[in-house]
Amino acid sequence: MITRGFTGRRTPEDVAARVPPGQALTTDFPVLSAGPTPRIKLEDWSFTLKVGPRPVFKWTWEEFNALPQTSYVRDIHCVTTWSKLDTAWEGVTIDDLLKAAGVEAAKPFVLAHGFDGYSTNLPAADLAGDKAMIALKYDGEPLAPDHGGPARLLVPHLYFWKSAKWVSGLQFTDVDTAGFWELRGYHMVGDPWREQRYHDDP
Amino acid sequence: MNDAPSAWRTATIEKIVPQTSRVSSFFLAPEPPFAFRAGQHVDVRLTAADGYQARRSYSIASAPENNRSVELAIEELEEGEVSAFFHEVAAVGDAVEIRGPIGGHFVWSVEDGGPLLLVGAGSGVAPLMAMARHRAARGSRIPTLLLVAARTWDDVLFREELLELEARGDGFAFVVALSRGAASRAGDHGRRVDAAIAADALSRLPASPLRTFVCGSNAFVETASAGLVAGGLAASVIRTERYGG
Repeated sequence: MITRGFTGRRTPEDVAARVPPGQALTTDFPVLSAGPTPRIKLEDWSFTLKVGPRPVFKWTWEEFNALPQTSYVRDIHCVTTWSKLDTAWEGVTIDDLLKAAGVEAAKPFVLAHGFDGYSTNLPAADLAGDKAMIALKYDGEPLAPDHGGPARLLVPHLYFWKSAKWVSGLQFTDVDTAGFWELRGYHMVGDPWREQRYHDDP
Repeated sequence: MNDAPSAWRTATIEKIVPQTSRVSSFFLAPEPPFAFRAGQHVDVRLTAADGYQARRSYSIASAPENNRSVELAIEELEEGEVSAFFHEVAAVGDAVEIRGPIGGHFVWSVEDGGPLLLVGAGSGVAPLMAMARHRAARGSRIPTLLLVAARTWDDVLFREELLELEARGDGFAFVVALSRGAASRAGDHGRRVDAAIAADALSRLPASPLRTFVCGSNAFVETASAGLVAGGLAASVIRTERYGG
């Protein structure tokens, strides 16, 4: 349905192919979260890898920072319709994390957990193959608390609510278990190129 | 799954009411109407003649008790694409597309109980207004305090209606924090929301709030929710919604 008198602001042609349908570019970095920002002290921080209910590996902040660090420059897309190009992150890829733990992603799904009680579910395949990391830095600086610091999951090719802030661990599961927003009507996968915003999107 | 968002529907602009110098209310009649809860939002989609589309989320400001028409309080943003359409082009009788209701976290019903603390800045008052209107429509006496941050007294969204709601004497009160104006009512604040104002808001309720909703820019939500936590409120009772995306 054409909206009378609406012309809109087009994405510049040179980057248009990088912006998924229904998204608009932003140059700032909006913050969206469901509750107050938790302040997590580095000495209290830890990261736990679970397979099913069983914890298989746990790192302290120091140990985690000693893992191989990788840089990503990626475009990110929030379900609230902003996209941001060329965001620069540093952290530990999920591939490296599993290698360090000596664990194979033998289960098909993952629940990411946050210190604030947040959770989000993803197909395990979306974390493997150098596509996702636990990010510790943004734009060369330690990740700010309101952007999920000390550490957040970064899965740039899915809508950004999948990139859990204040991440405390990953749990591999046999069953695709809905996380916080997925229980509240959002999509189980969240591919921005397929506009998988809400659970009844194909 | 609850709160299933449904397909896009046509919604006709029935009425446009300027609220402040930057915010107008747009009353949209969706076809068919849909049920929603106070605090939920809708996605609005605009389509240009060549097929280009833009979509944005807007909180519903009206009470769920009247779902024939959905009120969106839209602020004109300097770089706005969709807000510019609403403020500069849209007229009564125009149709847009909306989808909803969306959101199952930033919601409140009288059945959820109280006391209830609502904290909003600018157009962030919109979803809180839906809660206050829902409470009034249901004849609830749940103790409720709304803390509104605005530049000046004239920028307080829904100011006259808030004064009327308070005058009912049914347990609803609001307090204003003005960043660029002097407080005109006793008990209001002539400065930005800080930890002391957040603590003062807590002290005006007869008991610690069972639910707290904070809505506004990220900077505002950070300050207000940190102030509430510093004032002794458990982070787990605070639900936030941050604009700017």
